[in-house]
This record gives sequence, structure tokens and C-alpha cells, in this order.
Amino acid sequence: MKRIRTQVVPDDGVETAVPALEPLLIEIHEKGRAGRHVRGGDDAARAIPAEFARKAPLALPELTEPQVVRHFTHLAQMNYAVDTGMYPLGSCTMKYNPKVNDRVASLPGFADIHPTQPDDTVQGALALLFELERLLAKVTGMDAVTLMPAAGAQAEFTAILMFKAYHAKRGEGAKRRRVIVPDTAHGTNPASAAMCGYEVTTVKSDAHGNIDLAALKTALGDDVVGLMLTNPNTLGLFEERLREVCEAVHAVGGLVYGDGANMNALLGIARPGDLGFDCIHINVHKTFSTPHGAGGPGAGPLCVKTALEPYLPKPRIVRDAEGAYHRDTSGTDRWRGPGLGESIGQIRTFQGNFGVLVRAYTYMRTLGEEGLAEASNDAILAANYLLAQLRDSYEVAFDRPCMHEFVLSASRQKKQGASALDIAKALIDEGFHPPTVYFPLVVSEALMIEPTETEPRETLDAFAAAMIRIADRVKTDPASVKAAPQHAPLARLDEVSAARYPKLKWQRPT
Amino acid sequence: MSTVPEDLRYSKEHEWVRADGDVATIGITHFAQEQLGDVVFVELPEKGSTVRQFSSLGVVESVKAASDIYAPLSGEVIERNVKVIEKPELVNTEPYGNGWMVKVRLADKGELNQLLSPSDYRSHIGETAGAGGD
Amino acid sequence: MNNNPYSPHTDADRAAMLKRVGIKSVDELLTAIPKDALRPKLGLPAGLSEIEIQQHLESLATKNRTASSGPFFLGGPVQRRYIPAAVPVLALRGEFLTAYTPYQPEVSQGTLQAMFEYQSLMSELLLMDVVNSSMYEGGSAVAEAAFMAVRATGHKKVVIASDVYYQFRRTLKAYARGPELEIVEVPTAELPSQADGAACLIVQHPDAFGGLVDVRPIVAAAHAVGALAIQVIEPHASALLEPPGALGVDIAVGEGQPLGIPMSYGGPYLGILACRVELVRQMPGRIVGETHDARGTRGFVNTLQTREQHIRREKATSNICTNEAIAAITASVYLALMGPQGLRAAASLSVSRAHELARRLAAVPGCSVAMSGTFLDRFALRAPIGGFDLRWKLLREANIIAGDATLDHYPGRDDLILQCTELTTEADMGALEVAMTRVLADAREKVALR
Repeated sequence: MKRIRTQVVPDDGVETAVPALEPLLIEIHEKGRAGRHVRGGDDAARAIPAEFARKAPLALPELTEPQVVRHFTHLAQMNYAVDTGMYPLGSCTMKYNPKVNDRVASLPGFADIHPTQPDDTVQGALALLFELERLLAKVTGMDAVTLMPAAGAQAEFTAILMFKAYHAKRGEGAKRRRVIVPDTAHGTNPASAAMCGYEVTTVKSDAHGNIDLAALKTALGDDVVGLMLTNPNTLGLFEERLREVCEAVHAVGGLVYGDGANMNALLGIARPGDLGFDCIHINVHKTFSTPHGAGGPGAGPLCVKTALEPYLPKPRIVRDAEGAYHRDTSGTDRWRGPGLGESIGQIRTFQGNFGVLVRAYTYMRTLGEEGLAEASNDAILAANYLLAQLRDSYEVAFDRPCMHEFVLSASRQKKQGASALDIAKALIDEGFHPPTVYFPLVVSEALMIEPTETEPRETLDAFAAAMIRIADRVKTDPASVKAAPQHAPLARLDEVSAARYPKLKWQRPT
Repeated sequence: MSTVPEDLRYSKEHEWVRADGDVATIGITHFAQEQLGDVVFVELPEKGSTVRQFSSLGVVESVKAASDIYAPLSGEVIERNVKVIEKPELVNTEPYGNGWMVKVRLADKGELNQLLSPSDYRSHIGETAGAGGD
Repeated sequence: MNNNPYSPHTDADRAAMLKRVGIKSVDELLTAIPKDALRPKLGLPAGLSEIEIQQHLESLATKNRTASSGPFFLGGPVQRRYIPAAVPVLALRGEFLTAYTPYQPEVSQGTLQAMFEYQSLMSELLLMDVVNSSMYEGGSAVAEAAFMAVRATGHKKVVIASDVYYQFRRTLKAYARGPELEIVEVPTAELPSQADGAACLIVQHPDAFGGLVDVRPIVAAAHAVGALAIQVIEPHASALLEPPGALGVDIAVGEGQPLGIPMSYGGPYLGILACRVELVRQMPGRIVGETHDARGTRGFVNTLQTREQHIRREKATSNICTNEAIAAITASVYLALMGPQGLRAAASLSVSRAHELARRLAAVPGCSVAMSGTFLDRFALRAPIGGFDLRWKLLREANIIAGDATLDHYPGRDDLILQCTELTTEADMGALEVAMTRVLADAREKVALR
């Protein structure tokens, strides 16, 4: 990667040359450069009264298209991506993102429709959403679905709001103030519970990597809203007493929320609805192949049992007796639904991340029943295959067959002089993106590994070989591992100064 | 400079106290800042607010973690150290000096007796020193 | 057997993997699953080849009437705008689209720099100190801004103008059920009178009807009682109007979809959230900061992560994890290509068209422009027949998608909100004028015949 020198102006106004991979847009700006994508409208200024008109400068960089294309192409080339290599990130399910999904999502019939168009004009879109809900209900063993949440975390928040409404309906709103999570829970779980005004009780895991049933029963009481549980859990393990766990929560009148981040282990293997869950969210950007988009967008459909259906957010997608589709209670159409009822309302604008949901639908229809079951089967096999190769070089957190992911501990390596973080950075030099590190919190020096079903066996073997090589290097020359990465576009970054003295935007040239 | 100064008293949660009449200066110990790593931000209570012994009075943050600062004593905050808000690295470089956090007017001087002596604190961290962590 | 076209595993691969694990079948790994729940029949349709799935999706797509296939006047917060050709070519490159969240910055500098540039570009557009790297969409951005104000002030009353987009108000109300906030909705002019005891006053400028609002007295009223002033903004409007940072606004929020993102029937979109620097540690979502690596080369990282859920868990500023990164990158590319001249041109054309359209429709017998003050690129139109009926007739009789009906959404109004953009043509406006004249004439005739 070529280094180039760039002029930057730091805070004290002194010009200093700083090496950078790529200049910022403001550094390749020149007054007078412009494209001609849209022109005209010069008379509009007359329509805006002087007191409202913009007097502040509009200091956006002035660039021409060739510069912009080169700039963003260079930026793209600095990125690791699924299209370039394997991501063994536990609980992220970085499987291949099919290109036909992208192509159909950009069909004008899907991309060029406005969310408040009359229902009559978007029957194809509504039919797709309606059918996607049915597919997800079948996969999860649930009864009703909302496709609105923009992400798993928003689905969690939606579900806990629904739990709140459910308990309030039964006159127990004031009584129930606590949500229980296991100590292996993803951070979004307690955060979502807190956003609903609830206290969070954390229950520890036992020596087998399950939620400790006895501790759970002690923590339960009639002041509990519910339990938020991931299954398989973030250790990659199927909860061995799952039905008893769910029964214990139900026995005190609580509800069980399923965090579906690990659904890639369960397609055609087991349905959360058969196991005791009252609802479950899906991350389509994990299980159903929609691209991660460097952090988003995704979508987080929420699938619920009939008892929770009345509280689902609106608008809901309905089909009338003539087979026409409508949005119930969106108020955008002449067709009037039965009203808000007990719905918790509208937890985001419009009906969901349609452009993402089209991709998920396309994937589910491409694979079909057999293909989805095969995906989970292969994901589980691939994870156990890697575990078999790595169990001698690293500590295994819990010695049980794993599902689609597993957790190693680099505690042995830590004693030898290099941490999980160092191992992660050394993997970059081996050409792999690191696995998830330091999560779940219950395993020290955690490395959470999920290969998914779309990595060829030779890639899995190469990853295992790289991990073993690094373990060997830690034994003989830990300093070299601590110095990684040496072959990435950048070496380790100074995150301390970035947090102490945040620079969150560029400096405008004087 | 000793990492456990003799003229201070300590809490189990790794805060130190310098008592001067009914005013106590409070900070976190050398051991604590070492465990935390580079401190990037300190959140402190406002002047005039009340702190209760063993409750959280603020937060000290590293890049990847946030730890509560527990009040070793009860009282009213009469001063907060703005230097440590402007330059969080002082907590690492001068934990007992310019890295102090708040000055509190004590509600109950008797609480001082519940704190650890330097030698008790040394044993305390000697006990926990082997317990891993980053 | 290969039922999954994206899995490279052959039966030989599977056999080798089973052997290495030391098992005969995957079932030996599934003993923790209750037998009665194991390997259920899901009842899903069988899989399709790529050609079959393409044809199936195309048949669904053709059942939708696209915005460009006829005159179109639906708008805010989601708008039909011109997307330069280079935008999807760059923003949807596989290295951006299929990348993971940039938690390993050494191999994610493309993402991180593009996000830093987004933050910088939006900061210049809105003149706000700090912009985060995206919320889900405008509605949840408004809700999260209100939550910031509640945290910052300790008050649980949130006051919002009823001229804010109804979708945003609805989302705020749903979110407010969590912490049980009191949401007070009043006309914009009454915001100052509600400031006492409020965490914030939320005003939209330009408002849902396109009307221009004097934000300054609302900011003053909020600050006089220690409340925060929150403005709902629109990106193109900000090119022409005094931006929130110049008006003393504490938090600016809005929908960023018009910045090069397709309308896509509901999402994915771009939640804009910007604030004064004093509030940055209360801000939810990811924020990218500039730093350098061990060799002194400039680089970018996710920073101030201790606000976020993966570190703070139940004490986080929000539960948000996955955001709308690709949408933010798209906005960077759009703003870089359009530049200040292009953005102003698109915004100005929208204003000219809207004013021209209003002039023509005001001359149609029965129509009136229902705006008390100046408007920007959309306006409310009042007619003798209700908004829902009017737009249905215009669709049925002239294939015109006329605009949003206000009944049920905005108290006491039964109008149509008509949005113009740089894509609105002379032919579109002419067709609407003709169709409106005819529809209203027919309606008068029917009344006369009774």
C-alpha cells in the first residue's frame, strides 16, 4: 500500500505534512472544481425570505467526478470484506452475500417505490413482505411476525416493549420491573432492557456452559418481566436444560425472549417455538445472508407466539378476502384497518428495511427447505471440524460438542507473553480477519470462532494452520506476535489519543 | 515514589483517601490505574453533590472499559479536579498527585476507621494480583 | 448432495470433516436437542435456481407502480431525488457492502475514512460540532435525541411540535413507552409556552408542510429554562436555509435518505444525529475519530466506545449496534459528487418547481394553497374533496401519485402535501394541473346533480 504525503492543518494553524493512506476529500478540494449532475434553479433564492436564507458558508469540498471515483475506489481497496476473505467472527455469521440478492433489490420495481404510496400501487412489495413473514414464522415455529425492526437491537427493544404491554394488560405492569439475562448475553440485551426502564439481573453460567438453572430459579420471582436468552448461547452451546429454563420463567408468569443471533445453527435443526420461547428475533444480515454493509444496514424481524400478537407494532401487513394486500393502520390508504388496538405503536418510520428484506426473501426462496437445513448442518460440521484442529493448541472454554461456533481461550498464550488481542492482530498478517475477541465476558482471553457454511474446506484448513502457527510463535517469539500487524494497510492504531482528545471531523482549510 | 504511600488510607475498591481535618481528597490507586490501562476519560460529580460511602461517585474509562469509582467515605463534594478531566493521563502518571479526583467534606469522620491501612491494602492487592485480567 | 448453491462442501468434504471430528453424522453433535424437536419439517417451498428466483422477483417487482412511471408528488421525509450514476457504483462496491463493522481498524480504513468524511460533510452542512455515523432512520433518531435530552436534563417531559412529520412523532411515542416519558404535542407556535419542566423542545424546519419556521425564539425559550432545543432538519433544505448550528440548536436530527439512497419502500435509510460538542458523551451510535498508527501514519478508529452497549451494557447511551453504515457511505459519495453547487441546484430546482406548481394549482377552481407563510419545496393543497378521495381519484383517472393526505396525521387538516424535487418535470406539473381541474369539476357536477 503506497504511502502518500498530505498537507493537513492541525488545530494550531501550522501546516504540517502527515503521511496518510489516502487524502481526505477536503484535501483534494479546489475552489471551482465541480461536476454537472444537476444544474439550474438560480431563481429560487427570491422565494426564500432573507431572514431564513443561509448566510453561513456551505463549505463542502469542490471536486470533480474522476477524483471522487478514484478516492472512494482507493478507500474500498483498503478494506477486508467477505468478498475478499473469511471472517471467523463468532455470532456474526459472515456467510457469503449472494449477488442476485443485490441485483433484485435494485430492480426499479423495488427501489423506486415510496413507502407511503397507496397500497394498490405496491401489491408486489406487500406480497413479498407477507410471504417473508410466513417463511420466518415457519422457520422459527412462531405464529406472527413483524418485519419493522431495523436491526436485532431494535427488535429486542420492540419485544421488551411488547412484554411491558402484555404485563400491563394483566394488571402487573407496576409489579414487574426486572429482566434476567445470562452472563454470556450480548451487550444489546441488557441495554435494550434498560431502555424500557427495567433493572437487569444477571445469572451466571454453570460449569457446562449452560445458564445455571438453580441460580436462575433463585433469581426468578413474580417481579420478573422475562428472560432474554440466546440459544445456542454465545459460547456456541445448545442449552442442555432449555425447556426447564423456559418452564421456570413461565411458572412465575414471565416471558422468554429469544435472541436469534445464532439462528444459523438451527435452520431445519430445531424451532425456537418448539423449545419454549415466546418470541425470537432474526438477524437477516447474519442467518439470511444480507450484506453487513460495514456495520449496517441489516434488519431484525421479530417472530412471536399468538399470545404476544396483539402487541406487535403497526402497520401490519394483512391480506383481505379478495387476496389484496394492505398495511393495517398505516393511515395511508382508503382501506381502513381495525385501528391501533393494543399495538405498541410504530417503533420506526414505515414498514421496515425493505431493500434488505428483499435480499433475505430471495435467499430463503433460493435455498428452500432443503438448502436452509443443509446450511445449518454444514455450519455445525465446519465449526466442529475447526475445533478438532485447534483444541490442542488453545484452551477450549467448555469441552462439549459445539453448534455453529465455539469459544477458545488464549489464557495459555497470555502466560507465554501474548494476549487474545495480539493473536488477533497476528492473524491479520496471515491474511485472515480476526475472530471475535474478549467476548463472551465469562471466558478470559476469549476467541469466539464461527466459520459459517460457505467457506471451502481448504480455507478452513488454512485458517487452522494459521492459528497453530501463531500459537507456536507465541511460544518461541511472543514479541513478534505483539508487533503485529506488519502487513496490513496500517499498524496498530492509537485508540487512546483518539478517545482522550477526540477529532471527529476534518479541519476546514483557512 | 511508593505505589502504596504510607500517609494514605485505602478502600477495597482501590480508592485512596488523604484526610486533612474534615476534608478528604480521593483518587484511585496505582494498582487501579495499572489494571485499567490508559485512562481516556473521568466522569466526576458536580460540586455540591452528596456522595455516600460505597456508592458510585463517578466513572473512570479506558478505551475498552468503564469502571465505577466508589466513594470510600460519605460527604459533600467541595471540589472536583478539572485537570484530570482535561488531561486524563494524569490518573496514570500521577495517581496520588495531580491525578486526584474529588475533595469531600466528611459527613462522618468515623468512616475513616473502616478503611484499610497501607499494609492491609498491600495484602489486599497481593491477594488479588495473580488474578489475570488485561 | 448440494441443496445450498452457496456452500462449497461436497459429500467428500463432509466425509473428511466428519472423520476429523470422529463422528459418523452431525446428529451425534445434537444430543442436547430434545428428540421431539429435532429436525422438524418446516413446510417451506423447495429451492430455486438463480434464473428461477430472478424471474420470480421480477414478477413481483412489476406489480409495483414505480415513482418514475408517472407524475409523482409524494415526499418528506423520504424523497425521490436524482442519484448520480457514480453513487451506487462506488458505495455498493463489495469491499464496502460485504465488509464487517470496523472493529479491526487496520483492515477497515476504507470504511472508517468514508464514515469520518460523512461526519465531516454533515457537520459542514448542518454547522454542528459532532455528527455520529448513523442511526436507523429519522424517526428513531428523533427518539434517541429526546432520550439524550432526558439524560442531560433529568426531566421526563418531551415537547414536540405537531408540525413534525407524523411518522417521527409516532416513533417517538412508541420509544417513549420504554422510559415512560410524557410526550406533549402542540402547534409549533406554542412550543415556547410548554418549555417549563421540559427536557427539550422539538421543532421541524422546514416543517411537514414545507413551511419555514423561525427557530430562534424556540431555542431561546428552551435555553431560558435549561431545556435542550432539538431541530428536525432536511439535508437539501440545509443547503438553502440557515443551518441548525447557526441557530443555537443543541441537537439536529433528520432523515438522510434524499442523499443518494433509493426510496426502497421503507428502508434502509439514514438517521442523521448531530449535536454540540458538550453533549458528545451522551450521543448514541458509533463515532469515528482521527488518530495515527504506530508508524505515524494517519488512520481512523471507532472512538468513544465506552458510550456503547458492547462495553457499557445496561448503562449504555443506547442499545444500538448495527447501524446504517452503507447509507452513510452513500451520502458521502453523493455529497462529494454533487458538491455545494450541485446540492444547491437540486434544492433550488425543488423550490422553483414547488412554487410554480402552487401558482398553477391555486388557479384551479376550488383549490387553494393552505400555507400561512412561506414554503420551501412542498406545500399543503386544500380542495373541496378530502385528501384521501382526491389522491385516489387522481391515481385512478390519471395515474398520478399525488401526495400525502393529512387527515388523521395532522390535527384539524384535510389537505394533500405535494412535494417537488429536481426530478419533477414540466409534464408532471401540467398533468397534475389538468387532472386536478377535471376531478374537481366532476365533483362539482356530481354535487350539482343531487
